[in-house]
Amino acid sequence: MAADIGATETTHGARKVGRYVLLVFVAIVVLFPIYATLMQALKSGPDSIDHPKSLLPINLTLDTMRAAWRIGDLGRLLVNSLFVSIVVTIGVIVTSVLAAYAFAFLDFPGKGLLFAFFLATLLVPAELTVVVNQRTISSLGWINSYQGLIVPLLATTFGTFLVRQVFLTVPKDLREAAALDGVGHFRFLGEVAVPLCRPTLGALALFTFLGTWNQYLWPSAIITDDEHRTIQIGLERLKTGDVDKLNLVTAGTVIAALPIFIVLIAFQRQLVRGLTAGAVKG
Amino acid sequence: MTYCSGVAQVRLEHVTKSFGEGDQATTAVDDVSIVVEDRDFMILLGPSGCGKSTLLRMVAGLETPTLGEIYIGDVKVNNIEPKMRDVAMVFQSYALYPHKTAQANIEFPLKVRGASKVDRAAKAKTAAEALGLTEYLDRKPGQLSGGQRQRVALARAIVRQPAVFCMDEPLSNLDAKLRGETRAELVDLHRRLDATILYVTHDQVEAMTMGTRVAVMSRGHLQQIGTPHEVYAKPETVFVATFIGTPPMNVMPAGLFERSEALVGVRAEHLELSANGGVPATVRMVEQLGHETLVICDAAGTRIVVRQDAEAPVPEIGEDVNLTAAEAYRHRFDPATERRITE
Amino acid sequence: MKRRWRQFPVAIGMLAPSAIILGVFVVYPLIHSIQLGHLRCDATGTRCRDGGWIQYVDVFRSNEFQHALFNTIGLALMTVPIGLVLGIGLAVLADRHLRGIGFFRTVFSSTVATSVAVASLIFFVLLQPEVGLLPHLFHGLFPVLKDPGLLRDPNTAMPAVALSSIWASLGFTFIVITAALQGIPRELYESAFVDGAGGWTRFTNVTLPMLGPTILFTSVVLTTRAFQAYAEIALLTGGGPDPERPTQTVAYLIYGQNSLVKNDIGLKSTSAVLLFLVLLVLAFVQFRGLDKRVHYGS
Repeated sequence: MAADIGATETTHGARKVGRYVLLVFVAIVVLFPIYATLMQALKSGPDSIDHPKSLLPINLTLDTMRAAWRIGDLGRLLVNSLFVSIVVTIGVIVTSVLAAYAFAFLDFPGKGLLFAFFLATLLVPAELTVVVNQRTISSLGWINSYQGLIVPLLATTFGTFLVRQVFLTVPKDLREAAALDGVGHFRFLGEVAVPLCRPTLGALALFTFLGTWNQYLWPSAIITDDEHRTIQIGLERLKTGDVDKLNLVTAGTVIAALPIFIVLIAFQRQLVRGLTAGAVKG
Repeated sequence: MTYCSGVAQVRLEHVTKSFGEGDQATTAVDDVSIVVEDRDFMILLGPSGCGKSTLLRMVAGLETPTLGEIYIGDVKVNNIEPKMRDVAMVFQSYALYPHKTAQANIEFPLKVRGASKVDRAAKAKTAAEALGLTEYLDRKPGQLSGGQRQRVALARAIVRQPAVFCMDEPLSNLDAKLRGETRAELVDLHRRLDATILYVTHDQVEAMTMGTRVAVMSRGHLQQIGTPHEVYAKPETVFVATFIGTPPMNVMPAGLFERSEALVGVRAEHLELSANGGVPATVRMVEQLGHETLVICDAAGTRIVVRQDAEAPVPEIGEDVNLTAAEAYRHRFDPATERRITE
Repeated sequence: MKRRWRQFPVAIGMLAPSAIILGVFVVYPLIHSIQLGHLRCDATGTRCRDGGWIQYVDVFRSNEFQHALFNTIGLALMTVPIGLVLGIGLAVLADRHLRGIGFFRTVFSSTVATSVAVASLIFFVLLQPEVGLLPHLFHGLFPVLKDPGLLRDPNTAMPAVALSSIWASLGFTFIVITAALQGIPRELYESAFVDGAGGWTRFTNVTLPMLGPTILFTSVVLTTRAFQAYAEIALLTGGGPDPERPTQTVAYLIYGQNSLVKNDIGLKSTSAVLLFLVLLVLAFVQFRGLDKRVHYGS
């Protein structure tokens, strides 16, 4: 821990208290929206708008959450999101690993050109591709379908480059020894390269899962029916305009966020690794 | 040129430092008392984990003693911030600010003290000249070699004209050749600055060649303190005897070398292969180094190293020999305490 | 020469999946959008009139686009500096060996679990003028909270969106900066301390410079997020409040429910390509601008 430069013993005490006070204050401010949301989701409609009593953990009920689940068909929404996210995550891992292997371990004519091609895609934002993709998907008849949601997301350059970075650290002698032993590419990939980069793959998987789960623009562009709707774009349908029922929206957000909270707590380390992959370049 | 400001004696009295609490407490420094006289080049020598760095950091003010007192000059500094102690520190990794130029690095301690820009630049220039860095002042640490970086770290320390210099293994990141050159430069610097230096190292060659006095430590305890010659010729404990000197002193189990209950230590160069009398041993290995020969023998399971001139007759491997040593060169240690037995 | 071709089949096989997907859904749209960008189409997307390349200039200079761009820049100016300062502040605050610090770190990271949609809806409910919690608690201090509501007053609507966005990004910024702080060698702080530098001096002379690359990275990410703002607008204000439409960002202009260009694939493409160019320029400026101060030499 940096700057743990203790001064003398006496001032340490007062400084410590001051720091704790500040920490608690900031924590309250940061947690406040989450806490308020949680409380209101766990109360009945009228109770949830009876401020400031609405902040107290009394008269809690699961009724609102149940109602939100029913009215918003949240079960289906969650299943759709889960399905799409899992399939995309698997897809991204597979396509990234394969492409990364080609770039890291193979040499072939046109390699530089293809690499530039991949590099160029990094700059293109979703806002640009959605316009045309909407039309492409439409002409394929994939509007309001799972494949429409999934297929365009199956490959990312970020994933390819991330895995390539790791593959590049595999010592050359390892490859040469394998070649002498007659180990083919796919076997080398499966038994050497992939196991070596497992932590990075874990981070990539988590990152892709989260990214897909949180998608808003693309699903809103091609999904208009109820059957294939995902959770992010489905939540707003809980807005009824009725102020008494406002906490249905709140309950919906709690239900929508809960799986992610759980996933993140379970995979904290991968999260940090994934987020800092681009930042700490040294 | 007298660079330093006045008397700078450092006194450590019964200093102890423990980390952690309860049964997980570890004692890094245990009841160590050392007096570093003004203008001493005191070396804290010992293997890693012996507490020497912790001791140094307490003098610099980065750690506070759990027990005992530390005085710089006549001032008790236990609870005084480093800023007020007039101590400068050179770190093993140099700790240079990568984003600042060499000059800015050197000026930094003065900047912190609110010195004017002109004043800072002048003092930095003087310090840089003393260390041969004048051409490199505009470069950033990333553009300097290891040796140059080390000098910037030194310049930054001397620019403040502190009472005491604390150096934590400053040479260990340099390659062997550079290390040798820099050793000589540091000794010269000490003389020129008339400074009090407290220097930590695990390398006994550095200790022997650079220090005016050496404090040998092991596992938090002070083993011995004295001039390099004293710790070499008259080691107080078995640890000191075997830590100092290459090859280490042969410390032989009781009864092997002579009929007594004491452990007997004899340095490799003081052992002689005699025709008769002495301890019987078998030659296991001969290393001819050119300027000398090492004869490694086995006497009843104990490994003994004998150093001979290159011209002396070299025994065969497997040959049986007799080892003797003059009385003056025999060191006797109590087997229980491992301390020297004084007659 | 032959040797290089030997690995060609395997390479193509491995690259094909990614290359095809990226080709069809990223590169093709990029190229095709530029072409579509000089068309004007009707609702069915079939009958298109060629407006020529000048259409790009026209759209860029149009009031709607300029307005949306202005709003978007405003959002970025609000969210990025504040987001960075708060992120760094919280990271430094929590960078200690104190008992229970893990709990505080988890709390500060927690907003990373919220999606844009979830965070926006949370604030939508909190800011609802009649029954929302924040108006109820603070409308004495800030009457606008109830009348007509932070999200409905043209002057406060965008700042409210910024607030929601800053809160949502806090976790991300905190995590990234905290990780970077761990990478700063402790000895730099100790050296500064022994030289007499106090807390603030250590912060400005050690912490901030060493955080340089990370701050650049975070700044780019946050700015890109601001310029891509769509979901938060859709959920919080729907582009309004009318008639000034101060929260209509460029992305919302392209895709929003209440947008003018909703059905004209030509104009959508034009705007989208322009947005892409703006993002490119931004990334370039940020990298050049901050990179100069960040480059230490090897």
